[in-house]
Amino acid sequence: MNLVIREALLAFRRAPLLSALSVTTIAFSLFVVGLFGLVAVNLQQALRDVAERVEIVAYLLPGAPIETITLAEKDIEAFPEVQAAAYVSEDQALDRARAELVEFRDVLQELERNPLPASIEVKLKPRFRDVEHVNEVAERLRGFGFVDDVRFGRDWVANVDRLRQIAAAVGLVVGAAFAVVAIIIIGTTIRMAVLQRSREIAIMRLVGATDGFVRRPFLLQGALKGMLGGLAAVALSYGAYALINRWLIHAEFFSREQAVAIVGFGMLIGFFGSAASVGRHLRRI
Amino acid sequence: MIKFTNVFKAFPKGGLALKDVSFHIAKGEFVFLTGHSGAGKSTVLKLVYAEEPVTSGEVRVSGFTLADARRRDIPKLRRRLGIVFQDFRLLEDRTAEENVAFALEVTGARRASIPARVMRVLTQVGLAAKAHAYPRELSGGEQQRVAIARALVNEPTVLLADEPTGNLDERATRGVFQLLRDINASGTAVVMATHDLDLVRQAPYRVIELQEGALVYDSAVDEPRDQAASP
Ligand SMILES: Nc1ncnc2c1ncn2[C@@H]1O[C@H](COP(=O)(O)OP(=O)(O)O)[C@@H](O)[C@H]1O
Ligand SMILES: [Mg+2]
Repeated sequence: MNLVIREALLAFRRAPLLSALSVTTIAFSLFVVGLFGLVAVNLQQALRDVAERVEIVAYLLPGAPIETITLAEKDIEAFPEVQAAAYVSEDQALDRARAELVEFRDVLQELERNPLPASIEVKLKPRFRDVEHVNEVAERLRGFGFVDDVRFGRDWVANVDRLRQIAAAVGLVVGAAFAVVAIIIIGTTIRMAVLQRSREIAIMRLVGATDGFVRRPFLLQGALKGMLGGLAAVALSYGAYALINRWLIHAEFFSREQAVAIVGFGMLIGFFGSAASVGRHLRRI
Repeated sequence: MIKFTNVFKAFPKGGLALKDVSFHIAKGEFVFLTGHSGAGKSTVLKLVYAEEPVTSGEVRVSGFTLADARRRDIPKLRRRLGIVFQDFRLLEDRTAEENVAFALEVTGARRASIPARVMRVLTQVGLAAKAHAYPRELSGGEQQRVAIARALVNEPTVLLADEPTGNLDERATRGVFQLLRDINASGTAVVMATHDLDLVRQAPYRVIELQEGALVYDSAVDEPRDQAASP
């Protein structure tokens, strides 16, 4: 077996308690960061669902010729902001109302004349679902001669927008704070591991080991601990997610890429934490 | 091969540990470094193996000039030295064999050659039968033999020994000292710091005596003197 790998693994056997402590610390630190990540992921998802419904509805004047409308629909779909535009005729609007407003079915049934206007429903591409673009597109729709009125939830769009910004800011700040705390705690446990082996390091250097040789097993060991901690954090997060999902609300879990990122982040912390601790130790002796 | 020229050593906290020390040790010599506790014996050795920087003056060891030795040159220097201490400095969780092999592994020796080289030095120090024993299962004398085997396995040109018999009883002391003499007889220079004057009198080797950091006597340079008069 490669010497570096052997020495790195030996450290686990030699100091099982300290190794377990390091892994647990990394796991819980990343777990806390992960929980915030989960909240952020779910908030983002919820907001995306809301934003998904951001629609602009252009009500049409009665009697507009269908050819004109079809052409206009094509034009609108060609707007760079627009994902889809759909024409809803008066009859379709009425059918929909009957289906959705069950309580008023009788009233709607007895109507002599359809009071509902035809409309074009415009859905924007996800990255344009904010106040500015909604206003802009609405303005352009008003420019069509056969458009009577354009509606969208103005305040509502603005709120979703604000909420999204706040969520991102809070998530970023809290996540960063916990990540910093995690790095400090992890750095401390790694420093303890280095100190515990300072005698061994001194002997290695005495018999002519280079700094790189001394450092390598620690780096590998740090990365391994970080990876184990990261895996444990993902497992803990999954446990929390499963509980929440079962007893509280329907939630989303990390995507595969996000889970891999957590494990990778653990490895990086372990690696660089070890590098810093060993480097500092070597500089002092 | 080891040359001190007007060497001064001051520790950041503490006074002058060495004052204007000059001597030259040739290949294959056996030299006692004597003096009271605190005289500066360990400091001389630390300068030789570059554990401490020289404050002023020049230390040359086996082609290295330590004043301008960079940190990454130090391992190269140490691979040409064997170092032995009073407290053995063995790794407790490794067997005698593993402790010795460790010194070869860290220097990047060819893997296949390691077991044979380890057994050869363990045999040389008379511990082949205890190759698989852990330090705690060995007597003090045996542990020091493992440490000596570790120091020898890289085939150093000099063996530095800082009070190697300091923790040993009389019998073990004699055994270890004889081992060092045998090692010297086969061509390796030995520099042994000790304040055990009985040991010094037993052998006709060169003596360098320090007193409060100053070299006060060097039998290679000064007139012979009555050993009983020295401290
Ligand atoms: N790391 C150090 N820091 C400060 N003073 C030291 C240090 N090492 C040794 N000294 C001082 O240098 C002097 C010589 O010490 P040392 O070489 O260990 O003596 P010896 O080995 O002869 O007993 C002593 O006065 C000791 O206190
Ligand atoms: Mg000493």
